Amino acid sequence: MSHDAPAAAPSIDWSRTLKDAVITGLIATAILGPFIGLVTVQDMEHRLILQTRWPLFLALLAILVVGRLLLQIFVWGRPAKPKRAPLALPPSVERIAAPFFIGLLFVFPISVLFALGPQGSIKWIDNYGIQILIYIMLGWGLNIVVGLAGLLDLGYVAFYAVGAYSYALLAKTFGLSFWVLLPLAGILASFWGIILGFPVLRLRGDYLAIVTLAFGEIIRLILINWVDFTSGYAGISGIPRPTLFGIPFNASDNGFAATFGLEFSPIHRTIFLYYLILALALLTAFVTTKLRRLPIGRAWEALREDEIACRSLGINTTTTKLTAFATGAMFAGFAGSFFAARQGFISPESFTFMESANILAIVVLGGMGSLWGVVIAAVALVGGFELMREMDFLKLIFGTDFDPTQYRTLLFGAAMVGIMLWKPRGLISTREPTAFLKERKAVSGSLVTEGHG
Amino acid sequence: MTEPLLAVRGVETYYGNIIALKGVDMDVHEGEIVTLIGANGAGKSTLMMTIFGSPRARTGRITYAGVDITKMPTHEIARLRIAQSPEGRRIFPRMTVMENLQMGAAIDDFAHVDEDLDKVFALFPRLKERIAQRGGTLSGGEQQMLAIARALMSRPKMLLLDEPSLGLAPLVVKGIFDAIRELNRTEGLTVFLVEQNAFHALKLAHRGYVMVNGVVTMSGTGRELLASPEVRAAYLEGGHH
Ligand SMILES: Nc1ncnc2c1ncn2[C@@H]1O[C@H](COP(=O)(O)OP(=O)(O)O)[C@@H](O)[C@H]1O
Ligand SMILES: [Mg+2]
Repeated sequence: MSHDAPAAAPSIDWSRTLKDAVITGLIATAILGPFIGLVTVQDMEHRLILQTRWPLFLALLAILVVGRLLLQIFVWGRPAKPKRAPLALPPSVERIAAPFFIGLLFVFPISVLFALGPQGSIKWIDNYGIQILIYIMLGWGLNIVVGLAGLLDLGYVAFYAVGAYSYALLAKTFGLSFWVLLPLAGILASFWGIILGFPVLRLRGDYLAIVTLAFGEIIRLILINWVDFTSGYAGISGIPRPTLFGIPFNASDNGFAATFGLEFSPIHRTIFLYYLILALALLTAFVTTKLRRLPIGRAWEALREDEIACRSLGINTTTTKLTAFATGAMFAGFAGSFFAARQGFISPESFTFMESANILAIVVLGGMGSLWGVVIAAVALVGGFELMREMDFLKLIFGTDFDPTQYRTLLFGAAMVGIMLWKPRGLISTREPTAFLKERKAVSGSLVTEGHG
Repeated sequence: MTEPLLAVRGVETYYGNIIALKGVDMDVHEGEIVTLIGANGAGKSTLMMTIFGSPRARTGRITYAGVDITKMPTHEIARLRIAQSPEGRRIFPRMTVMENLQMGAAIDDFAHVDEDLDKVFALFPRLKERIAQRGGTLSGGEQQMLAIARALMSRPKMLLLDEPSLGLAPLVVKGIFDAIRELNRTEGLTVFLVEQNAFHALKLAHRGYVMVNGVVTMSGTGRELLASPEVRAAYLEGGHH
C-alpha cells in the first residue's frame, strides 16, 4: 500500500491568487475597520469618545490576507493528492521514546531546581509540571472511555469532582490520611461511573454525549446546593495536605525539612506533589497499556468499532461498557483526590463543563486512543495557556490593556478547527495494534497504514 | 427423524409496528447446509438476526440444541457456539486482520487462538498474507473471508452466513462457497446460508427454503428447488431482485 504517488507539480494561477488576496483584504477592511479599528470608550466625564485600534486591526487584517494566500497556494491550489500516511515514528525511535520521555519527566523538577533555585523553579514545577501532568492523567483516564471504548463522555469532570470531594470530606471529617483515601476516592468515583453507566447503556453517540453532559451538571449542582454537606459555593478549605508516609511538609520539628536536615522551603512539597502526580499518571498509562493487551481492553476497542459485531461474538457489551466507565472514572477519582490535596481548597468552580470540554479536547485533538497524542495535546493546550499569561510583549502590539489570557478560548477554538482540518482524526491517529497473549507473530506497527473508515 | 439442531417455530418479528416475519417455521439439522433464498426485503436477514436475538421474536419459539434461545441475550446465544457472518460483514475496520481473528476467540478467552489461526489460514491463505493489514483496507472479498474466518475462530457448531456473495466477483464467490462446502464435509459444520444468489446457494445446499414477504413459501432439497418452475422463474432466470 503505497501512498507516495508522485504529486503533480502545483500549477498556481498567480493572478487569480493575488486578486483573491486583494478581495479578501477589502472585505476584511470593510468589516474589521469599523468593528475592530474603532472603539467607543467612556472618558472621565462619562462621555463617549471614539478611539482607534489600528495596530490590532492591521494585525488581524494581515492574518486574514496572508492566511488566505497561504491556503490558496498550499491547500486549495493543489490538486487533490492521495491521502498521506499518518504520522508514525520509526520503530527504533518508538522503542526509546517512552523511556526517554519518562526519564525527562523524572529529572525535570531537579534540573529546574538547580537551574533556577527554589524561588524561580516553583512556577515551572507547579504551574507547568503539575498542571500539565494532571491533565495528562485526566486525558489518559478519559481516553479509556472515549478513545478505547468509543463512549463519548462529556461529563468526565463529575468523577474528578467525586474524587476531590471524597478526599476533602473524608480527610476533614475522619482525619484519614491521603494514602488511605486515594484508593477510596478511586473506588467511589468508579462506583459513580457505574451509576452513570447503567442508564446510558443503550445510548450511543450524540444521545450518550447529552446524558453524560447532564450527569456532569447534576453532580456540580449537587455540590453547589447541598450546602450542609459540601458548603456549596463557598467550597471546602483547609483540606489536609498529603504527607510523605507520615512526614508532613511543614516547618515543624517533625516536618520533612527538619527530618532530612534541610532548610525549610515550600519547594519541597511542590516537588513531592510533582512526583506524586507523575506516579499516578504513569500508573494510568501503565494500566491502560496492560489492559489493551487483555481480553477486556480488546473488548473495549471492539466495542468502539462495532457494537453489534461484539455481541454476536459473545462479548457482553453491558459489562464491557460498565468496566470502561468504572475504570475511566477511577483514574479521575485518583486525580481528583490529588487535586484536592494539592490545592488545599476546592469548590464547584473547579468542576464546570469547561473542564470536561478541555479534557475531551485533549483526547480528541491528541488522537482518540493514543497515549502519546494525549501527552502532546495536554502539553500544547495547558502549557500554551500558561505561556499566554507571560506574553507581555503582546501588549506592545495590541495596547497596554490587552490581556492575552482572555484570548485563551479563541486560540483554543482556532487550534481545534485547525487540527480538525489538518488531521481530522487527531494528531496521532495510528492505532497501535496490540500483540497479545501467546501471539507468535509479532505484528509491527510500522507495517500497517491506516485507510479510510 | 432426529431432533433438529436449530428449530424455528411460528416466529413473528416486528420492527416497531411493522411486521417483518409472519410466522416462520424452519429446521436445520446437524451437519446440514441449509439455504434461505428470497428477494431483497423478503426478511432473510431479519430471520437470521432474530435467531441471534436482536430483534427479538415477538411470538414463536427458537430452540438450538434443545435450548430455548428465544429470549436469550445475543452474547449468550453466541456462547452456545452459533457464529455468524452478518449482513455487511461487520469486521472491525481499525483492527488488523490478526486482531479481528483473535476477537473471534473472545468467548474462550482467546485460549486456542494459535491452533485455530493455522486452520483458518489454510482455508483462506489470502488472509495470512494480509495479517498486519487493517480490516477496513481489505477488498470486499477479503473482508468476507475475514468475517467468515472470524466466525470460525469461535469454534462454532453452526455457522450463519448472510449473503456472503454480495458484491463479489464470481471467482471469489466460488472460492468462498468451496470453503463452506469443505468445512461442512471435513468438520461436519452445520451451515445456514442466506443468499440472493439462488443458483449457487441451491447447488451448495442440502436443503433450501424460499421466503417471500416474511413467509416461507417453499422448501425442499437444493435439487428440487433448482428444478422447480416457480423458483426458476422468480430467482434464476434473471427474475426480480
Ligand atoms: N432496522 C429495521 N427497521 C425497520 N425495518 C426494517 C429494519 N431492517 C429491515 N427492515 C424491513 O424488514 C423487511 C425485511 O428486511 P430484511 O430482513 O433486511 O430483508 P432481506 O435480508 O431479505 O433483504 C424489509 O421490508 C425491511 O425494510
Ligand atoms: Mg438482507
